Amino acid sequence: MDLAASETNIFMNKESRVNNLLVVRSLSCVRNEQLLFEEISFKLSSGEVLQIEGANGSGKTSLLRILCGLALPEEGKVSWNNQDIQNIRSQYAQDMHYVGHTNGIKAELTSVENLVVAQSLTIPRGGCSCEDALAQLEIEELADVPVRKLSSGQRRRVALSRLLISEARLWLMDEPFTSLDDSSRLLVKKIIETHAKTGGLAVIVTHDPLELPGVPFKKITFN
Amino acid sequence: MHTNPLYNVFTTILKRDLFFGIRRSGELVNPLIFFLIVVTMFPFALGTESALLRDIYPGVIWVAALLSVTMSLDRMFNSDYEDGTLEQMLLSQHPTTFIAMAKIVAHWLLTGVPLIVASMFLGLIFGLSYESLQAMLVTLLLGTPVLSLVGSAAMALTVGLRGGGMLLSLIILPLYIPLLIFSVAAVSNASQGLGFAGEIYFISAILVLSITLAPFATALSLRIRFG
Repeated sequence: MDLAASETNIFMNKESRVNNLLVVRSLSCVRNEQLLFEEISFKLSSGEVLQIEGANGSGKTSLLRILCGLALPEEGKVSWNNQDIQNIRSQYAQDMHYVGHTNGIKAELTSVENLVVAQSLTIPRGGCSCEDALAQLEIEELADVPVRKLSSGQRRRVALSRLLISEARLWLMDEPFTSLDDSSRLLVKKIIETHAKTGGLAVIVTHDPLELPGVPFKKITFN
Repeated sequence: MHTNPLYNVFTTILKRDLFFGIRRSGELVNPLIFFLIVVTMFPFALGTESALLRDIYPGVIWVAALLSVTMSLDRMFNSDYEDGTLEQMLLSQHPTTFIAMAKIVAHWLLTGVPLIVASMFLGLIFGLSYESLQAMLVTLLLGTPVLSLVGSAAMALTVGLRGGGMLLSLIILPLYIPLLIFSVAAVSNASQGLGFAGEIYFISAILVLSITLAPFATALSLRIRFG
């Protein structure tokens, strides 16, 4: 009986690995007694990328914070594989990674040390190693340099390399291209493309054009 | 990677916070210097008539310790809040309670332990009796963890607020009062040669209560601050 149950469980996990679904239903957000947005709804399934665009202060970051579960919406619901994210917090935390507007790295630590801390916050499931992650973002030679000595573009890349060690299926990124040069922008886009093509999902707040070849693409524009 | 992930996150956060504490030694030393200055002001204000000093010394030590811990709480979450690492910790799949506990332990090691050592040292200088020193050591050992535990919950409520410092003192100092009363009573009983087991039991009870509740309260407060 137990064995059968655990087998179905494994099966369901595999299933959810293959096809993940993020559904957002009629979300609205109020901040400082002002309505930022209302009736935002979308569906995103494996392999798709969603771009969120809009004027400054139109609530893009707030939307992303609601999507990652840090903030609660005024109304509406976010669900991951048909379950409300507030009810499956730990499972959702495992499947999702958020790179915010702040980098979330410590200036006193080296890049690798920062990634080791980030890694300890997740349950290791065979995402790539810290060195590999840095290598993919072409900053492996900065591994042992304290982040304080890095340029802001390099810091951004350290923050983005967290995505690769987390092995998360859903990437939530707030202005990932800020202070990146042209070649690193291409590099990051390439990484997002690979992520989508291997069945990952991404919600990206950015003003950069983001259409990637062969990746189903959606766009929400805030006014 | 054969270690338990929960154990791993606890030790990693603990080591990380200890590292920052030692690296930013100014933040570590300031509350301690404040403590030493406040305590050493009293002989100047009251004269060196040592009987009076010996009577009020336990109270002085404890009040100065409360204020200096309140000062030091600020660094517990604020720098992590500013650079976004606190956000990452909240989004971790490990319970926030564990992460909070690691931060509390780090705070105690960086603030409580130096305070204990400094108090014992000052006690010797002020000529406290052996019995009073003993009672002082026990109350400090049991009491300083309470300061970090209760402090973390209150700090979590005010993290990132402008003018949070004032609010923090208003929230926290009343919560410290029971501890203050029992600790000072224990030391003055000891100095008169009376037993102080009753007070120690009360302080222990407060400690057990804070250990069981404060990490949960901290985790919840952080969620509320972000939500």
